[in-house]
Amino acid sequence: MAKKRNLILTVILLAGLFGLAWYINFETDSYLRRIVNLCMVYAIIGLSMNLTNGFTGQFSLGQAGFMAIGAYAVGIFTVPVSLRPSVFYAAPMHPAIADIHMPLWLALIVGGLCAALVAFLIGAPVLRLRGDYLAVATLGFSEIIRIVITNAQTITNGALGIKDIPPLNDVRYIFAFTAAVFIFITALINTSYGRAFKAIREDEIAAEAMGIDLFKHKSLAFMLSAFFAGIGGGLYAALLGTVDPKNFLFTLTYNFLLIIVLGGMGSITGSMIGSILVTAGLEFLRIFDEPLELFGVAIPLFRPGFRMVIFSVLLMALVLFWRRGIMGTREFTWDKTIAFCKNPFGIFGRKGVDKA
Amino acid sequence: MEFFEAFVNMSGGSFAQHMVNGISLGSLYAMIAIGYTMVYGILLMINFAHGDIVMMACYFTFFGISVFHIPWYLTFILVIITTALLGVVIERAAYRPLRDAPKNSVLISAIGASFLLENLANYLFSGRPLRFPNIEVLSQNLSLGSVQIQAISLFIPVVTIVCLMILLHIVNNTKIGMSMRAVSKDYEIARVMGINIDNVISITFAIGSALAAIGAIMWGIRYPGITPMLGVMPGLKCFIAAVIGGVGNIKGAVLGGFILGLGEIIIVAFFPQLSGYRDAFAFIVLIVILFYKPTGLLGEKTTEKV
Amino acid sequence: MTILRTDGIMMRFGGVVAVSNLQIKIEEHEIVALIGPNGAGKTTAFNMITGIYTPTEGNVLYTDEHGREVKITGKKPSDIAKLGIARTFQNIRLFKELSVYENVMIAKHLHLKADFFSAALHLPHYKAEQVKAEVEVEKLLKSVNLWELREEKAFSLPYGQQRHLEIVRALATNPRLLLLDEPAAGMNPKETEELTAFIRKIREQYQLTIFMIEHHMELVMDISDRIYVLDFGETIASGTPQAIQDNERVISAYLGVEEDA
Repeated sequence: MAKKRNLILTVILLAGLFGLAWYINFETDSYLRRIVNLCMVYAIIGLSMNLTNGFTGQFSLGQAGFMAIGAYAVGIFTVPVSLRPSVFYAAPMHPAIADIHMPLWLALIVGGLCAALVAFLIGAPVLRLRGDYLAVATLGFSEIIRIVITNAQTITNGALGIKDIPPLNDVRYIFAFTAAVFIFITALINTSYGRAFKAIREDEIAAEAMGIDLFKHKSLAFMLSAFFAGIGGGLYAALLGTVDPKNFLFTLTYNFLLIIVLGGMGSITGSMIGSILVTAGLEFLRIFDEPLELFGVAIPLFRPGFRMVIFSVLLMALVLFWRRGIMGTREFTWDKTIAFCKNPFGIFGRKGVDKA
Repeated sequence: MEFFEAFVNMSGGSFAQHMVNGISLGSLYAMIAIGYTMVYGILLMINFAHGDIVMMACYFTFFGISVFHIPWYLTFILVIITTALLGVVIERAAYRPLRDAPKNSVLISAIGASFLLENLANYLFSGRPLRFPNIEVLSQNLSLGSVQIQAISLFIPVVTIVCLMILLHIVNNTKIGMSMRAVSKDYEIARVMGINIDNVISITFAIGSALAAIGAIMWGIRYPGITPMLGVMPGLKCFIAAVIGGVGNIKGAVLGGFILGLGEIIIVAFFPQLSGYRDAFAFIVLIVILFYKPTGLLGEKTTEKV
Repeated sequence: MTILRTDGIMMRFGGVVAVSNLQIKIEEHEIVALIGPNGAGKTTAFNMITGIYTPTEGNVLYTDEHGREVKITGKKPSDIAKLGIARTFQNIRLFKELSVYENVMIAKHLHLKADFFSAALHLPHYKAEQVKAEVEVEKLLKSVNLWELREEKAFSLPYGQQRHLEIVRALATNPRLLLLDEPAAGMNPKETEELTAFIRKIREQYQLTIFMIEHHMELVMDISDRIYVLDFGETIASGTPQAIQDNERVISAYLGVEEDA
């Protein structure tokens, strides 16, 4: 009964959001559309990172590298064949791929699969490493992916990057992908596999003694994470209309780290909230990069670079003072929301019961 | 084959030059790796900001010599002191409050500290590369027969050996060194035995950062472009050097530093077509060594208590 | 039929020999206890059997449900669990932040046949497996009166209930051999008595063989069919509870220090 009600409510919410996406797509200016699109893409990547870091407890910092793979798949396969000679002007594209053209959705999936394949290959040695070694190794691999892309001139156009990617700014299209990723990850986390991931996060030795194959499950989480990061990276490329190895410096990963820490490591709805706040927040912080004059007096602190200083201070302050983030490992659920609406002060009285 | 050809075509002189370069790069890595290994040995955490401490020390030197015109030797001393203080401040602000927090939180805080230093440098000193001050005595070229070698390349290994000897003396023969070893062996017992953990940790950060400052000065003379991201790659590589040598082991860090430094120069010298992948080398070595020897080359075998 | 046998396994950590030449033989449906002073190497022996450590020397042999004897030395702990050996831990290793219910459901994962994709899509064959698991977990939790507390986080349970939860979590893997590492540690006499009854009950109900490490002598003497005694990594005695109680070496090595405990 309650299950059916929750399902109906979820469907209504998604339909409402889709309607909102429709409205934003046709009735608002391009600046707002861009921010909304970026929010959704960041949400996909935040969710993907949460799968390894939050749910499986494996601290990976490779998201920028997997994004780059997805982004380049879109760059390589969606640029119209006729425009390619002008894009690849320094060295022509490798003949094996020069004539392959794909629609965006297919390029996204190809990119996701390539990222997952790379994650599978990297995972074999890397996932055996202890927590913080894993962080360094994945960060290193994300840089290696970037180095390889920079050097593979005839495939990726090297340091010049790929321009003329057919731009994507349809809010509905990105919304559909975001919703699909959200639904899939939510569904997966609530299965036996999701519980196995969480068991590994809580206690590897106990999980193993209960028959959970550590490597297999870590590898699965890592590959899924890479797959979705690849898709997110592909959408990101389509959103920008161009890709360049410099877009995928490992510092890009820190954006998603902030998202999952702010939202709560191990909370899907937390990642969604985190991505909205971080993306919108980064836009808002842009005012700190502009010289500011009040009553004819220049305020000295405001100049380029101040935004990122604030960003990094926020990241640190968050871990130092508010480690669990907004949601912790909890989720937004209809049951709790309805209980809250019926009795807004009830939540103070008893402990929250988590059941998604 | 290409390796063989490159090797045959190489004159004895340029071979010697490559070796000197490799040894001096290895020494630089070793200096920085020691800071990682000492902190890891005691706190079991990666001080992600260590590479950025190197970067900051480069900027300090730039300001000392090029902006305030302090004589270079005085600047060096001031830079070493300031950088040591910076290391202590970072530990107080970013790591100490999280001493009992889950390891991932500390890691995130360390990443935050690193990112903050980079962004702060970018904001304060602008992202444009600055030129490290030219110190004639150290950067001049010496001719040894047919070989042209920068004086600093010969100087670096000497400084490294001297610093290493002083450090080993401190760790093995002084009271503070004994406390450091005790804390890294067993944190809780050391605390119970009345060792002031906070002091030991502060001193560890001070020593590690001071060595980073010395490394930074030599790095700057050798590679004179200073940017806010300067410390990132050396930082990662030096952490890797510490890990492959056996984290917590000072000699291991030095060994790891030399392996990486020599390895990189060999790649650039003998496999020029692979030189674009030079930065990938360290990560591949890391994976290979950890695969066969998870505690590093000189690390002790440990088994998790169940 | 012998279910578990070790042919002189040995474990060395650096220069320290934690267990040497351990010869254990456990028959099906027996309750066997492993006793000995602290540091005698009992938990190390468990860790070798369950694959957490690989013995420096010797092999662990296990007879599976088809009556075949397989060497399990060097196998992954997860594979050993799949073969039917489950365990609890001396210092309770529950999944602390997860609910009581999730803790036990996790132990059902090892027999899941559906792949992650059909699971995420909730395809019928996955759902059928889950419903079956849910029924079994409900039964297990009710047997230890934890069903009402199923939504509580594991760490919030009182100590005794955490011990019981850990045992039913191990039972959820459908083991044939259950290893209990000090199940009665920290329990008062009444709780210990309940535990004794519980262990007997599950042995009958699930046709289990039980191998346990325990310090409570009343419990050990009351429940065990046979006992092995370890001291400084060596097996100093083995036999029925009566024989152990009368053994001079055991008395001097182990029972003699009981007043210190």
